[in-house]
Amino acid sequence: MSIAELNRNVLQLNEKDRALIKVVEHGLPVVSRPYAEIARQLDCTEQDVISRLQQLINNGAIKRYGVVVRHKELGYTANGMVVWNIPDDRVDELGICIGEYACVTLSYRRPRRLPGWPYNLFTMVHGCNREQVRQKLEEIIESCNLQDIEHDILFSTRRFKQRGASYTQKSADNKTAQKNTTSLRLIK
Amino acid sequence: MTNSINDYSNLEQHLLNDFQRDLSLSATPYADMAIQLGVSEEEVLLSINSLQERGVISRVGPVFRPNRIGVSTLAAMSVPAESLDCVARIVSAFPEVNHNYERDHEFNLWFVVTACSEEHLDIVLYEIEQHTEYPLMSLPMLEDYFIDLGFQLKQANKS
Repeated sequence: MSIAELNRNVLQLNEKDRALIKVVEHGLPVVSRPYAEIARQLDCTEQDVISRLQQLINNGAIKRYGVVVRHKELGYTANGMVVWNIPDDRVDELGICIGEYACVTLSYRRPRRLPGWPYNLFTMVHGCNREQVRQKLEEIIESCNLQDIEHDILFSTRRFKQRGASYTQKSADNKTAQKNTTSLRLIK
Repeated sequence: MTNSINDYSNLEQHLLNDFQRDLSLSATPYADMAIQLGVSEEEVLLSINSLQERGVISRVGPVFRPNRIGVSTLAAMSVPAESLDCVARIVSAFPEVNHNYERDHEFNLWFVVTACSEEHLDIVLYEIEQHTEYPLMSLPMLEDYFIDLGFQLKQANKS
């Protein structure tokens, strides 16, 4: 299956898969037999858990399986979201070219929102400081021949939240958000 | 706060760098890491726990492919500086929001919203606008060009 096909097909998951994803999306237990521990929670066997995770890897639901690090705590304190306004017929080619750099961790095509937002490719460039991010960006522009492509760089100044995606939440869980609304109204 | 990969012990550096992808699906993944690194399983478990507590490791486990088991979008808002803390807090409180950053741009609040269905995603985006009282620009991913091999810390540090 091609990457494009993987990206377009939302999988039809059964209840068991959903339950498993809910347990593993925030990480495996750090114990000697993590899958046995998960199996106890899901009332199935250790081998069931392992086989279903293997299936989710094989069918492309899981993109990467392993240690997920936080860049900022490792000294990569600057991350620049570099956004590009690329002609539609070149965005595939350039999206792949930029995505291959070691300092780049994302390369996504997204829709433009004109007139305020002309950019259709989003790439994340990491570095130890802003200067290093800018240097790496220059290298990328040079070697992918992007000199004529309009772009902007958005540095992150504060991280309010960072954790694994949650695919299993229901609307009813939004009580905290509703509670916080009251305080905003007082301030505004 | 620790500021460089070099501030971590040799074992920690290997744990951070060597197992970002293709983690063994054997019953005992941590014991497998221990064998590969020539240490005890106990040491691996203790180190990973400690790295997790210090926030250096977000988790050990799967990174899901966007839009394969659920739907997600990148959302941006333009919020006046004096309201930003409060708006950011409201946005972060939604369990469907997993990343939320301030960026130095007219659109200064950027966050990712993930849900199990298109309908649920739309509801959450609507609720965020209602609760924050600011309009939101939704930029769903159309194509993913990035092959995720993990983040090669040592290599990236040298370059």
